[in-house]
Amino acid sequence: MSRLSQALAGGEFVVTAEIAPPKGADLAPALATARAFVGVTAVNITDNQGANMRMCPLAVAALLVGRGIEPILQLTCRDRNRMALQSDLLGAAALGVENVLVLSGDHLRFGDHPGAKSVFDLDSVQLLQVVDGLMAGHNMAGKPLAGFPRFFAGAAVTPEAEPFELMFQKFAKKVENGARFFQTQAVFDPVKLERFMAVARPLGVPVLLGVLLLKSARMARFLNDNIPGVRVPAQLIDRLEQAARPLDEGVAIAREMVAAARQHCQGVHLMTLGCEERIPEILG
Amino acid sequence: MIISDQKSKEELLQVLDGKTRLFLVGCAACATACKAGGEEEVFKMLEWLTSVGKEVTGSVVIDEACHIMRAARDLRQHKGQVEEAEALLVLACGAGIQSISSSTDQRVIGGLNTLFLGNIRRFGQYEEKCSLCGECILNETAGICPVTTCAKGLLNGPCGGMEEGKCEADREIDCAWHLIFERLKKQGRPGVFRRPVPPKDWGKKRKPGRHKIT
Ligand code: SF4
Ligand code: SF4
Repeated sequence: MSRLSQALAGGEFVVTAEIAPPKGADLAPALATARAFVGVTAVNITDNQGANMRMCPLAVAALLVGRGIEPILQLTCRDRNRMALQSDLLGAAALGVENVLVLSGDHLRFGDHPGAKSVFDLDSVQLLQVVDGLMAGHNMAGKPLAGFPRFFAGAAVTPEAEPFELMFQKFAKKVENGARFFQTQAVFDPVKLERFMAVARPLGVPVLLGVLLLKSARMARFLNDNIPGVRVPAQLIDRLEQAARPLDEGVAIAREMVAAARQHCQGVHLMTLGCEERIPEILG
Repeated sequence: MIISDQKSKEELLQVLDGKTRLFLVGCAACATACKAGGEEEVFKMLEWLTSVGKEVTGSVVIDEACHIMRAARDLRQHKGQVEEAEALLVLACGAGIQSISSSTDQRVIGGLNTLFLGNIRRFGQYEEKCSLCGECILNETAGICPVTTCAKGLLNGPCGGMEEGKCEADREIDCAWHLIFERLKKQGRPGVFRRPVPPKDWGKKRKPGRHKIT
């Protein structure tokens, strides 16, 4: 059983963070970042995030396992067909990776290979079912496996998405089809979070609130314009704009969201983007 | 209908590969409706080819260029002109081009790019609604195809990129799942939301595709 699943089952307030594999073969900086995390139970390894090509997350996840850091392997449906997804999952299991986060994947238009052929052979709900199937000992073709993998599978949710009802039905479908935990897209509005958790809580699946460290008003505006599902309220942008030290204000905002998470969620997923040293303060 | 458009004049010059004597083929069906390869375009092409120093030995607009036997018959009727040419320039979709290339040993040059199976919004404005997946799910999706009109072809609801019902791939366009959801709601039925939709059987979209009504 992964430490992440144990911590969540034990009712601990869980903290996860993330690193991106390198755009190249040098892993040292990414590993240094992963080692620098304090008070973090498991580390997400992003998968060609934003449709930008990077090293395969499975390699990074396996290296983290070797260093005693627990990874959450992100796996998108964009880049692999059902055969590649299953074979990556079996490889992950053999390498000691237990946590997987199943995602559709960002559209190719955002990334550095807009001319690529996207795959989307499966969607995230179907991939969750596949993970369950592998754990039950058979592949998608119904063929028995020699050795069952053990996974703790999670999925993503965008609590602020509208229409709410539509977003929520997908969330519920993921729960029904094997999502054991959720990490949310960054949320900056405690009221929206409350609304979401009020309906999500009865489904009984732990939710880790996405907390993204805002470094400046400019960054906040960029997120609003470019990152699907992220909405920084105008009043927070004003706060960042007026702050003498915007990064400190960003840390304060992140602290407020962590406080909201302590009230409503089972943990937080921190996105600190190079400012990992501020994590203790954000959690403090 | 099959949507196609003409290759640019620069590209055409390139694909003509120095050939100077050409026989022109158009299609009276889709390529005509798309204003890419009908009578009018064949005539304009003839004028342009002449203006760049080419010679046109003759032309034909086939009723449906994708009709293999008909294409072969029409070409036979222009046998002399076809043989006189160094190559055939075909203004039809990829299927039409291949009817022609299977009917002659002459070099066949395609002058169009084939885009998609399209619906007509109004003249000159086409929308892709079906990608011929071979396993139609429309009955559960209130007649809106997510395989085609969702930018990711998802089958179980919207992705995390949907915002205010708009698609992450293009904020001007409605998220297919939002449209499906709204229409199902109006019809008072759960449709596709009733069950997890299993992965598509792409085996049903046979390649190469052949079909015989028995
Ligand atoms: S489900 Fe398949 S056959 Fe039906 S409209 Fe969509 S692509 Fe076409
Ligand atoms: S926003 Fe909607 S239409 Fe666009 S990719 Fe996501 S689910 Fe598909």
